Amino acid sequence: MSAATAAKSVNSDTYSMLEALRIALDTAMEQDRRVIVLGEDVADPEGGGVLGVTRGLSTKFGSLRVRTTPISEQAIIGAAIGASLGGYLPVAEIMLMNFTTVAMDMIVNHAAKLRFMSGGQTHVPITIRMLTGAGFGAGGQHTDYLEAWFAHTAGLKVVAPATPADAEGLMLSCIHDPDPCLFIENLQIYRTPGPRLAKGQVIPIGKAAISRPGTDVTVVAHSRMVKEAHTAAEKLANEGVSVEIIDLRTISPWDREAVLNSVAKTKRAVIVHEAVRNFGIGAEIAAVIGEELFGSLKGPVRRVGAPFCPVPYSKPLETAFVPGPEKIEAAVRSLID
Amino acid sequence: MKESNRPDGATQLEIFRKMTLIKINDEHARKLVRTGRATMQYYSPRGQEVIPSTISVLLDREDYICTIYRGTHDMLAKGVPLRELWPELVGRANGTCKGKGGPMHITHPKSGVMVTTGIVGSSMPIANGLAWASLLSEDKRVTIAYFGDGASNIGAFHEALNMASLWKLPVVFVCQNNRYAEHTSYGACTAVKQVSTRAMAYEMPGITVDGNDPLALYPVAQDAIERARSGQGPTLIEAMTYRFHGHHMGDDQSYIPPEEMKAAMAKDPSLLFRAKLIADRIATEDELAAIEADTEKEVSEAIEYALASPFPDLSELRRDVYAYEVTQ
Repeated sequence: MSAATAAKSVNSDTYSMLEALRIALDTAMEQDRRVIVLGEDVADPEGGGVLGVTRGLSTKFGSLRVRTTPISEQAIIGAAIGASLGGYLPVAEIMLMNFTTVAMDMIVNHAAKLRFMSGGQTHVPITIRMLTGAGFGAGGQHTDYLEAWFAHTAGLKVVAPATPADAEGLMLSCIHDPDPCLFIENLQIYRTPGPRLAKGQVIPIGKAAISRPGTDVTVVAHSRMVKEAHTAAEKLANEGVSVEIIDLRTISPWDREAVLNSVAKTKRAVIVHEAVRNFGIGAEIAAVIGEELFGSLKGPVRRVGAPFCPVPYSKPLETAFVPGPEKIEAAVRSLID
Repeated sequence: MKESNRPDGATQLEIFRKMTLIKINDEHARKLVRTGRATMQYYSPRGQEVIPSTISVLLDREDYICTIYRGTHDMLAKGVPLRELWPELVGRANGTCKGKGGPMHITHPKSGVMVTTGIVGSSMPIANGLAWASLLSEDKRVTIAYFGDGASNIGAFHEALNMASLWKLPVVFVCQNNRYAEHTSYGACTAVKQVSTRAMAYEMPGITVDGNDPLALYPVAQDAIERARSGQGPTLIEAMTYRFHGHHMGDDQSYIPPEEMKAAMAKDPSLLFRAKLIADRIATEDELAAIEADTEKEVSEAIEYALASPFPDLSELRRDVYAYEVTQ
């Protein structure tokens, strides 16, 4: 489906994440000439991005501000870093999250550390966009969730919106943030319609949202897993279990206050992420909940994540790999029973 | 050589001043580590001092450089003040980077030193971005990316040269070919006889030049900088040089044939240029000796000043990670 038809498929009150991102980039570029875009296929002669997110931008803002790059991820992130040191606000698209692996030196050794290593003389206000999420049969190298790596790196910020409005708002916040932000987009919810960002509404980095209020169990999720948590919560509501869903929105720095306030109330917590469970961000959040609320918990903090294996290809394996509502329900029930 | 491309006497003296600063600074730095007065990750650039000294006299203060861990020569030549550099080298609070970067990560935007990387090959992709910023703002700045011959074998070099040529970026890639990638000789790890031939693959001018002779390097660097500044795109300069003191402090250099080192030392670029300035009557022995004495004093004072300076407060661990202070 092209971006144009995606845009047509939603009515005026709603839009898709894909459209929300395009609006955010367009808004930012219009408001501030320092905002520039680079990445593979991002300019209009190349289609305005593989999925059309940047469509129209190079025509509107010129090919010097919106540059299609060679397939050279180190050069892409390096150019973004350098341009930011030269006073610009680059948005670099790395297409798929797995492709950050070939630019890790630039992201981890440079973007993340230049502010600290320069004693604050320089900083790297870049945004790195990337798409991921299992479910379209891509096999092991195109759909990993690697957010824990980046959240484990001091100096980086990591955001992963679950709704179109949050995508638009967080993209604007990331572009204007003085530090490097990794922006994780999920393909499975890319075209799911959602309410538009209200005029003047700001979605700050580091603030979670209560996506569904509840009283019995807190489910902490981000990105696509928020949707899966909602499906689980609906079902559990029919069984008389009230689930509160905290949508992290930002993974680093994560909103400890929002999570701890919710768990202090429900006294039960389940953390869900699509990344493999082992050493995932759920471990960090569970540890903090344990440290802060140990005495008041009514059960162990549960983690739901993918099994510890690469993303598989075969459909039944891939479906079983991605945590779905059933696994979330089971984790919640284990705390209630 | 075109007469216009020959540096005049004053410029040659300026090159000599920079070379002297680098040479004397290096002598002090090595002595400091050897005697245990300071502990620092120091990679001696001695032997390579002609390259940044010559290039820097062709640059404006606003021009950018990106350099690498063996880079104190590049920094000093570009103008990083000794009294900011030395506290940083020994990890003090009043260093360029508050003591949080160290010798491998000197940053000093005021003199155009934007990045010093400890990762081989990583100066080049970032230099491209600075050059892109210059295209966007039309500020006519030029960015120099310094790196060694070993870095021409890493992917970042090739990605960066391709992008720079494609985008006609105002950048000059300066390979300081000192014949060794850590302990491995050039020929043992590089498939081409000269790094400059790699420029052909990216349709940019590539030129090999004697990087130990200021008069040979000057016109080549001038052309490349002019090309970049006038919007004609990047150039790869391979400046042939030699590393006098091994990869790192304490390196026994057993992998270097003694006769090779002996031959290189016999052509010490600092001594040769000094003698030439006198022979060409650009300066007298007394004038050069005065420059050396002044430099000696300046470096000694900067070191004593640095060693007497305070270490950073531990609260610095929380600062400059992000724009805000880390609390968690």
